[in-house]
Amino acid sequence: MVQAPDLLAQTIWEGLVSGVLYALIALGFVLIFKASGVFNFAQGIMVVFAALTLVGLYEKGVPAFLAVILTLGVMFALAVTIERVVLRPLVNQPDIILFMATFGITYFLIGFGEALFGGSPKQMITDQLWLPKGAIDLKLFGGLVSLQKIDIAAAVIASIMIAALAAFFQYTRIGRALRAVADSHKAALSVGISLNQIWVIVWFTAGIVALITGIMWGARSDVSFALEIVALKALPVLILGGFTSIPGAIVGGLIIGIGEKMGEFYWGPLIGGGIESWLAYFIALGFLLFRPQGLFGDKIIERI
Amino acid sequence: MFYREAGQFKSTYSADMAVFPIWQDRVGIAVILVLAFIGVPLIGNDFFISSVMIPFLVFSLAAIGLNILTGYTGLISLGTAAFMGVGAYAAYKLTTAFPGINIIVLVLVSGLFSAAVGVLFGLPSLRIKGFYLAVATLAAQFFLQWAFVRVPWLFNYNASGAIEVPQRTLFGLPITGASASPETRYFVCLVLVIGLTWFASNLVHGKLGRSWMAVRDMDIAAELMGIKLLNAKLTAFAVSSFYAGVAGAMMIFFWYGGGEAADVFNIRLSFNILFMVIIGGLGSLIGSFFGAAFIASLPTILKFGLPALGVPLSGAAAEHVTFMLVGALIITFLIVEPHGLARLWQIGKQKLRTWPFPY
Repeated sequence: MVQAPDLLAQTIWEGLVSGVLYALIALGFVLIFKASGVFNFAQGIMVVFAALTLVGLYEKGVPAFLAVILTLGVMFALAVTIERVVLRPLVNQPDIILFMATFGITYFLIGFGEALFGGSPKQMITDQLWLPKGAIDLKLFGGLVSLQKIDIAAAVIASIMIAALAAFFQYTRIGRALRAVADSHKAALSVGISLNQIWVIVWFTAGIVALITGIMWGARSDVSFALEIVALKALPVLILGGFTSIPGAIVGGLIIGIGEKMGEFYWGPLIGGGIESWLAYFIALGFLLFRPQGLFGDKIIERI
Repeated sequence: MFYREAGQFKSTYSADMAVFPIWQDRVGIAVILVLAFIGVPLIGNDFFISSVMIPFLVFSLAAIGLNILTGYTGLISLGTAAFMGVGAYAAYKLTTAFPGINIIVLVLVSGLFSAAVGVLFGLPSLRIKGFYLAVATLAAQFFLQWAFVRVPWLFNYNASGAIEVPQRTLFGLPITGASASPETRYFVCLVLVIGLTWFASNLVHGKLGRSWMAVRDMDIAAELMGIKLLNAKLTAFAVSSFYAGVAGAMMIFFWYGGGEAADVFNIRLSFNILFMVIIGGLGSLIGSFFGAAFIASLPTILKFGLPALGVPLSGAAAEHVTFMLVGALIITFLIVEPHGLARLWQIGKQKLRTWPFPY
């Protein structure tokens, strides 16, 4: 007789895992927002697109690790294209216009991805990428918790990536340039920072984050355009954590992930279930009302 | 040559401030109205009327609603479809509770319910703006969409879990339900849309509209001039949701007929209406019509038009091309012509005014 998993601990663990994955998507948003002031609505679809490209290439007979490298190439090409076609003509436009332009990117990538790889869900190539499989049963709080190895791997990879990104932003020359661009396009241009180059770098970085997120998400469920809706969960995470803060994205992701799993588990059945679809937004909304800048965000000071 | 205002003198302020100051414009509007009331039912077949013209009218109304919020007041909303849904479900609840009252009255009243919900979700706009507000409206989108499926009271505990549109009549003619002819449904939609467009035009040209535009252009300056941000933003949310609600009720009662109600009001629809506003022209009523016509007809044109021209295109491929084209067009419009199709229309009129001499 196998002991039943301890439900509270299991719920918290599942919340933590989905929180890490939300945080990864949110991280892509934060990167681009921090470095170019663009609120990139397309980050969710970039995750799907990266995962689809990877699986699609593998299905065409490319070895798994070569496919990863080729996908990175595709993400780089995407970054260059977006910079040339979308961002360069829109320099110094209001933020809201750039935001809407990323809607255009979203729709274009949906159509493009489906035309290239088809709209049907695909299996992520977990084995070929040497990602661990199976589960560990752990005694925790007097109960049994089942941990998927892939989730642990996701958490570890996410932590490494976050540390690397934080160091990149804080200590390198390019990182400083990125922060300068975020403060003001014009000022950065006038001190000789190449805006175009910075944009390509930051969108490519977001592309790498998207690929890793895509692999991790894809390993848990299928790779399909349904992920697009899941990616919208990153928005409340951002609000909670603050738009410009990498640690904020992580903490926000964990809060939202645990909060919505706990909510779904304990209160969901009382009012019909499925409350996961909106609980995150309400947590964020309630939070916004008394702290609009988020947990770690920069306080916006408005002067006349 | 065809569009010249020479000799048309305005001797009163009201003539100078008229919405259509030139008689060619008034003639143009008259021609469009005659075409809409007489031409379309005469020429168009049932398919054209029920799957091109009625959707066009419904989307136009929804786009006007969103344009009031986004184009005139500068507040982004990603929850339009949810507010449309509120209208649809409110109309359904009302017509089952009060079968005696005319459905057209109830459709308009259901807009008020939508307006109330809109104000509720608009409340955060007082503290937050921009992207943050977009997330707040996403909360409305997901919460309301969830409620449409999970709250059985909303669909009267139907076993099918969806709205069943009952038959309602006007002057003895059935206007909703299965036996209503496309023409009657079209006429009802047309009258509602024209009436509400006229109302919106008066609103945006009046005091309220000016305060919205002041808030959009610079909220701090607007506040300094004595415009109450609270009132301006909340009225914008109320009016916008009212229009969305009426459009949603029309969508279910005069177009879809119930069944799919819970799935229709999804985030895709919200996005599509936002695209209509962007491509049509932010802050322009006529742009809302252009945008609705464009986005609503694009899939149909690609699906049926291209094969007719000899370009083979399967249904799935047409869908992909639609997505790519819409995405590319949004970017193109934002770069080349941020004021959308409405501005192109204006430029066209300007060119006609001086034709054949360009200067």
